[in-house]
Amino acid sequence: MSVFFLLIIVLGLGALGFVLGRSRAMASADGNIRNLHSLPNYYGFNVALTTIIPALGVLAILSLVLPILIDNRVSTLIPAESISEDTTRSLVMSDVRRVADGLDTAIAAGAMTEDEAQTIRTEFTDVRDRLGSVGVALGSNVEPFVLRAAQSYRAQAATAQLWTTFLVIGIAVAGFAVSFLRTNRDYRARNVVENGVLVLLMAAASIAILTTLGIVLSMLFETRNFFQDYRWTDFFFGTTWSPNFRGDSELGIIPLLWGTLYISFIALLVAVPIGLFAAIYLSEYATHRFRSYAKPAIEILAGIPTIVYGLFALITVGPFLRDYFAEPTGLGESASSVMTAGLVMGIMLIPFVSSLSDDIINAVPQAMRDGSLGIGATHSETIRQVVLPAALPGIVGAILLAASRAIGETMIVVLGAGAAARLDLNPFEAMTTVTVKIVSQLTGDTDFSSPETLVAFALGLTLFVITLGLNVFALYIVRKYREQYE
Amino acid sequence: MTDLSAGGVPAARPKSSLLTEDARTKKRNAAERRFKNYGLTAVLLGVAALIMLLISILGNGLSAFQQTYVTLQVELPAETLDKEGNRNRDEMAKVSTFGYSPLIGAAMERAVAEAGIETELAADEQGDIISREAAAQLRNFVLANPEVVGETIEFEFLANGRIDGYLKDRVNRESAALDKNVSPAQLDLTDALQEEGILEKRFNWAFLTMPDASGQRPEAAGLGVAIMGSLYMMLIVLGLALPIGVAASIYLEEFAPKNRITDIIEVNISNLAAVPSIVFGILGLAIFINFAGLPQSAPIVGGLVLTLMTLPTIIIATRASLKSVPPSIRDAALGVGASKMQSVFHHVLPLAAPGILTGTIIGLAQALGETAPLLLIGMVAFVREYPSGPPEGFFDPASALPVQIYNWTQRSDPAFVERASGAIIVLLIFLVSMNALAIFLRRRFERRW
Repeated sequence: MSVFFLLIIVLGLGALGFVLGRSRAMASADGNIRNLHSLPNYYGFNVALTTIIPALGVLAILSLVLPILIDNRVSTLIPAESISEDTTRSLVMSDVRRVADGLDTAIAAGAMTEDEAQTIRTEFTDVRDRLGSVGVALGSNVEPFVLRAAQSYRAQAATAQLWTTFLVIGIAVAGFAVSFLRTNRDYRARNVVENGVLVLLMAAASIAILTTLGIVLSMLFETRNFFQDYRWTDFFFGTTWSPNFRGDSELGIIPLLWGTLYISFIALLVAVPIGLFAAIYLSEYATHRFRSYAKPAIEILAGIPTIVYGLFALITVGPFLRDYFAEPTGLGESASSVMTAGLVMGIMLIPFVSSLSDDIINAVPQAMRDGSLGIGATHSETIRQVVLPAALPGIVGAILLAASRAIGETMIVVLGAGAAARLDLNPFEAMTTVTVKIVSQLTGDTDFSSPETLVAFALGLTLFVITLGLNVFALYIVRKYREQYE
Repeated sequence: MTDLSAGGVPAARPKSSLLTEDARTKKRNAAERRFKNYGLTAVLLGVAALIMLLISILGNGLSAFQQTYVTLQVELPAETLDKEGNRNRDEMAKVSTFGYSPLIGAAMERAVAEAGIETELAADEQGDIISREAAAQLRNFVLANPEVVGETIEFEFLANGRIDGYLKDRVNRESAALDKNVSPAQLDLTDALQEEGILEKRFNWAFLTMPDASGQRPEAAGLGVAIMGSLYMMLIVLGLALPIGVAASIYLEEFAPKNRITDIIEVNISNLAAVPSIVFGILGLAIFINFAGLPQSAPIVGGLVLTLMTLPTIIIATRASLKSVPPSIRDAALGVGASKMQSVFHHVLPLAAPGILTGTIIGLAQALGETAPLLLIGMVAFVREYPSGPPEGFFDPASALPVQIYNWTQRSDPAFVERASGAIIVLLIFLVSMNALAIFLRRRFERRW
């Protein structure tokens, strides 16, 4: 909460700075606005921004860096021999943190004094019992070194907090003082403020890059950890997927990729003809009135959240396919199947294909249609032999984008495709996908040192690379096509 | 090769007329009609899929807004509920729900006897018509109003999920005979109670306000915590994505020099828009939870992840609407002596505001329905407590609407299918109203130059 208070103090200083800076500028101009270089508000903003921005920047950096620094220093207190085979340093550190939090809670509840919390020893007091009495449940007895580490952790955290407070408020006050003293009638406040705002705008734009970096780095880092425990050849070429939390898992990606591609293929089989023909009809044949109703109706499909499609697959499409197709033909008796997920995902992709194709078909110059109709081709011949070939690169791009959406789709397959990893051709059999397994490996209790959890990051990275590749390829094709007519 | 050298009369061409179709024309016209019909069929298939989807959801979910209640006169004896007799809340809280269950059972038995209904059911089987949640409901009510102890009050209890299902045609006598949770005799009693007006079905406000309930008590499960969680996340997304998105768009559209870095940023944004949503969940788990140490299941983490997901949408919409402001506006502002920054913030941005707002609302609607990334950051946890008010509430565990739906689909009791579909109706109502607002804003305020 003290970060919150710091925030309020800094913002308060900023507000004060605005008022004082503005009035100082006005005073230096003898109350005549025409003597000022900039409008009076700019002087206020100048003081406010110089007070707030550097202070908050330092606060953000410190609250990211300090915890890591403290962790590193405290973890040197843990004797190496106490880290046995079944624990890791990070597990012990999480124990330390839990005990430190427990001590904080105990002090807040009044069950311990600050002094006592820093001096108790496991040799003399049952710490677990004391903490348990204020509602902090600890799994096992507290080891002496853990308690000492926790106490050192608390001490360092307190020091760090104190320093953060001093530093941040110090920087805010310094910024305030410097900019306030500089304020006079000839100070170019507007230029300074505008440069500052420009820097802020640039920072906002670079968040996109930071996000991508965050995605790539976080997955690369954990994937590297995964490949230290598990051979990468077994991951990429293994044909069995059977995670086992006691170890000895077989984590081959092939059956997952197969399920993903099979389901995406069926989805495209549904979405591409329907979407393409719908786009052709709506842009070439439909009356204006029909189009104004049908186009929004199809586009509603794009705005429906995927969880809704997932439930539709689970309670309607799945049982229907099982009762009327799979069981009579003897192909399977599972409601969740490749067909269920593929069909529903196909419905989801219809608006995606149709609205992209619609734009592309409309971009084909009218002169080409007129020429074809003029030499006697029928409307459909014109479409098939002139419009579609001209629009083909764009349509291929649209289909690739749809494929990338299908591969990355999660909720429909989680609810509609099943959980069993299988290499099979039967579309009425339950299969699973990369996204389903990411969800199942990362939900519930996860242990970030076991390959069974870390494999999710490798799966995520694979998914990211595949979809990114498809997108880049699709955009490349679409761009190349655009150059032909513009 | 002239006509002359060909010699003789040219071979008579087959007689043809524009008015009668020959075989080839017929074929071509038939192909034309077929092609047109394919297109029409495709459009109709798309619309039919939409209608089927809506019918399926509405058909399964509308009944979630109705709930069966049993109204009973409950005696609240002071000697069991408040032994000390001083109406002290802390002491009364020591009486657990087991202290209340017999009171409800007795009330039920009395009501059946007073109404003169004949049944061979034992007292506890009669009591099973009422939800297992009832004792907790009654206890909470008594603890909130200690003055009612010692009186006989009229109280509305939730009926058991199976009884509720019977009134909604989900359970019938054949299925009840096979079900160990309900017997046909209990259904007979239900019919009798309904005739007496003790048991009735009516609108279910609790569905929108109550927290989630355990897997055995579908009748008590509600969306309260999930709606709060989604609301908090939307606040965070709005508070972060809108300013950052607008700032980034202004930079890229108005200030950015045409160079490599700008190119990289632009490619990045268009790629981020197409990254699968689950990848953002992995990012949230790795960075916000494991690295930054934010709590699991908290709206703050969900909000941050959804912010990163929504940013590209908002940036693309904002840039489009900045682009649509004609350059003459900028030139005029610069011409009367405004700085570049002033021309953007004083003139271009206000004119682009309707488009930005529309884009933001559509982005928010997308974020509201997003499920996959939230599963990974632990929002699937079973949460019964309401989060406290902001800003502390942002760090409390909460659920979210789409995740609550997913959660309910994973439970075995078929009554949860109804709940999940009902929750989807709530979600769709939110989405439709947000999109309607966006369309309204666009129609009302958008200017075309």
